[in-house]
Amino acid sequence: MNNSLPPSPPRWAQRLLLWYCRPELAEDLQGDLNEFFERNLRKHGLWYACLIYWVDVLKFIRSYTLRTPEFHLLFINYIMINSYFKTSIRSLSRTKLFSFINVVGLAISMSVGLLMISLLSDLHSYDDFHAKKSRIYRIITTLHPKGNADIDLASSSVLAGKKIKESFPNIESVTLLRRGFGGDAQVGESIVPIGGLWADSSFFKVFSFTLRAGNPTTALRNPYSIILPEKTAHKLFGHSDVLGKSIRFDTTNYTITGIMEDIPKLSHLRFDALVSFASIDLRNADSDGHFLNWDNVYSNYAYVLLPENGHLQTLQTNLNKLCTTQNKQLKDLQIELSAQPLTKIVVGNNLENAIGPTIHQMAIWILGGLVIVVILSACFNYTNLSIARSLRRSREVGVRKVMGALRGQVLGQFIIESVIISLLAFIFSFLLFLVLREQFLSLNPHLDNLVSLRISLKLIGYFIVFSMSVGIVAGFLPALFFSRLKALQVLKGTSSIQLFRRVNLRKSLIVVQYTLSLIFITTTVIGYHQYKSFLVFDLGFSTENILNIKLQGNKSELLRKELAEIPAVKGIATSRLVTSLGSIYGTMIKYQSPTDSSNVALNFVDERYLPLHGHRLLAGRNFTSHTHENNSTEIIVNQQLLNRFDITPQNPSKALGEQIKTLDGKKYTIVGVLKDFHYGTVERKIEPFMMHYSPEESGGYLNLKINSQDLPSTMSRIEEAWKRIDKTHPLEAHFYDDQIQEAYQQFSVMVKVIGFLAFLAVIIASMGLFGMVVFMTETKLKEISIRKVMGANEPSLIYFLSKSFIALLILSAVIALPLTYFFFDKVVLVKFAYHQPIGLGELMTGFVMVVALACILIGTQTLKAARTNPAKVLRNE
Amino acid sequence: MKGTHLGEFEELVLLTIAALSSEAYSVAICDELEKHTGRTTKLGVVHAVLNRLEEKGLAKSYLGEATNARGGKRKRYYEVTQVGKIALTHARDIREGLWRIIPDLHLGGAL
Repeated sequence: MNNSLPPSPPRWAQRLLLWYCRPELAEDLQGDLNEFFERNLRKHGLWYACLIYWVDVLKFIRSYTLRTPEFHLLFINYIMINSYFKTSIRSLSRTKLFSFINVVGLAISMSVGLLMISLLSDLHSYDDFHAKKSRIYRIITTLHPKGNADIDLASSSVLAGKKIKESFPNIESVTLLRRGFGGDAQVGESIVPIGGLWADSSFFKVFSFTLRAGNPTTALRNPYSIILPEKTAHKLFGHSDVLGKSIRFDTTNYTITGIMEDIPKLSHLRFDALVSFASIDLRNADSDGHFLNWDNVYSNYAYVLLPENGHLQTLQTNLNKLCTTQNKQLKDLQIELSAQPLTKIVVGNNLENAIGPTIHQMAIWILGGLVIVVILSACFNYTNLSIARSLRRSREVGVRKVMGALRGQVLGQFIIESVIISLLAFIFSFLLFLVLREQFLSLNPHLDNLVSLRISLKLIGYFIVFSMSVGIVAGFLPALFFSRLKALQVLKGTSSIQLFRRVNLRKSLIVVQYTLSLIFITTTVIGYHQYKSFLVFDLGFSTENILNIKLQGNKSELLRKELAEIPAVKGIATSRLVTSLGSIYGTMIKYQSPTDSSNVALNFVDERYLPLHGHRLLAGRNFTSHTHENNSTEIIVNQQLLNRFDITPQNPSKALGEQIKTLDGKKYTIVGVLKDFHYGTVERKIEPFMMHYSPEESGGYLNLKINSQDLPSTMSRIEEAWKRIDKTHPLEAHFYDDQIQEAYQQFSVMVKVIGFLAFLAVIIASMGLFGMVVFMTETKLKEISIRKVMGANEPSLIYFLSKSFIALLILSAVIALPLTYFFFDKVVLVKFAYHQPIGLGELMTGFVMVVALACILIGTQTLKAARTNPAKVLRNE
Repeated sequence: MKGTHLGEFEELVLLTIAALSSEAYSVAICDELEKHTGRTTKLGVVHAVLNRLEEKGLAKSYLGEATNARGGKRKRYYEVTQVGKIALTHARDIREGLWRIIPDLHLGGAL
């Protein structure tokens, strides 16, 4: 212990002092502080001494101790940039392979970064055209049902909106919107389906949509007024000079009171038409007496505009008061209102009943995280290769330092060099970005709907700042490394000591790169495997060759007659809902116990439905054909329903004839028991389900069993049949299997995106590895030659050269594979009630692919080195 | 006259420099002041005053030799310049002049 160095003052405090203090004062000051430090050390111990040292250093920051900035150095830097530029270009062109690896790697990774930036920029500029954007808030609702999970809704009740409008102080304006206006607009002979919103007369006070014609304050005042965006007007009339004309919906005439400029793409409110709120026929809408109910929160939207000096806090306090008063009338439900800023509507938490496109914040974070990983991977390549090849450059640094370059200047030089490279890469990445953008938008109609990713001057500015930052990140470590070189040591020629320094840093960077690449690629493989298994998942019934046609309000009987004449159509059934795609109907059901009720999912089908889909009846019979749809009390249930209500689950045939009732007292008799099948997506567990008889479903679907040799001609015959029945709406027909694929589309998008990033990550990591191998074989060429002369054979040389790289790869696999496995096993797949186990095959596929690629890269290079003629190499000496 | 005016603490520091003669460097000055005045003297304050005295030309400094103490850092020694000496004498003259015209001053007269 006595031999160890005495404790010294905190290093960072010393640095700080030297940094800010005038050089002529610094030495004495340091000495004084050291003296006090030693005193305190003796008297009070190390910790206290360090603390006082820090305090004193900070206290010495006074006007007379501060260094004056040295402007002449900045000027010199400016002159030197020219020289840095020249040397950078020279060194780039001297080592073409390494420059290629760096530029291409950075370009690839940066193109994804550019995509991410343009995505973020688009999302961020959503609704920017509203002049009062920062003061607009949407009132959103959280339902707290007793004993159930909370539900977050983007909508609120009409009552809440009206109360806010009437009684809230400190509010500039409120506008109420209601969704669901829609139908076939009739102008003369032409009929065009239109969907829109109801909006009250404050709409244009809150939002900054521009009216081309019409008075914004009165246009939405009277009932049956309608405002059209120019696009809709063109669609209906062929021109937009249509103020005062009328449009017929069903039996009602609406007068056009305004023509609006088209809605910008980046607007969360989208509509074909705006209809005055006053035209919601109160009697009609209130037929169930619920229109103005406090808990009718599902279709209405309220947007509040706060005054310039308004406080969100006041609004929230008033909302809470309103809720407290109104909640008193509710028994099993509490409603909470809150204000959501307009800026948080598109990117935010998922709300039910969202109006307009949204994207989950989490998705952005995950995507952003993955992109950053890919970019960092390319930066690692740069760092690795630059440090590895420091031999040549370190002489240059030595000379520079001898000539009087300061540390900061050397640092600056290398940062500038990497920024030059990253800007070069930016040019390529921009071209790549243009290609990627199209691919990305076509991934999913939702994305295409959400953003346009158009290039603007501002965006280019972001791009350039981004690429420069990438350059700085990539170049920082090498620059630090070079700036620390000691001129004397380098010039003395002891550079071999330097050469293999930082080996651990380089190795760990390679391990990090490969670990991430392996995680990516394994995730892709596992995800793809799971996705495929979802598609071929045995649902418990057949979906093969079934074509589902949306009836869109037409009588099923009419269409059935037309379609039955097509020979390829083997069977036709009706159903209200296509199951297994994610959407579900449900109702509350009771058995004998009056207090025990449960939500039961249901579908309305006709007697042909079950045989057509190959459902298996365990007991009882199918529905029989009869036309009194409303009076039918027959139901067919699944096994889970028997389990849930404990109706002889062991012996289904005994359950036949049992009656269950809905909450309003309607009784249903069980006539059949179905084997459990998957009516939801694989994320959901199978729960109680029942089929209800209904031969006529004009709001539902026709299910066609097709057996056709010539599918296109069958499809065109179906289309003809449809046109005979419905002239306005285009046919909406999809094969069941395609619809299932569509239902899992989000997974396919995810697999594609992650797969693409995995591909990039692997390419970048492999390029980096390749660079390292090339470098290593070049520097070890002499050693290899000597070994060869001494009698080493090729295999042993290859083993000698590649063993360290292979070891690194295996280390990465040891980290990455279990990590991915546990991530999927414990986090991702738990969310799916039915999924395939993760096989060893999927886990290893990615690893084998990556290792094979790496082995080829390592193998070719080492083989080349091992085959060189030792005489040639050694003669050069 | 700003150039030669001496503040109270400046005067004390200058006197201490003179008293310590060839051993007058910041930490020693600090310690000496503490010993004589009985109040804790902060190094930062002493440093600032030394700096000011040098600026005014009342004291001058030079760096000593490096030793093993203080982490190998050299000490900055101070000595009183001719101007400083004049300023000190001047200050003392003022005081003595005043003392002389005080008719009677009893310590503890109020006791």
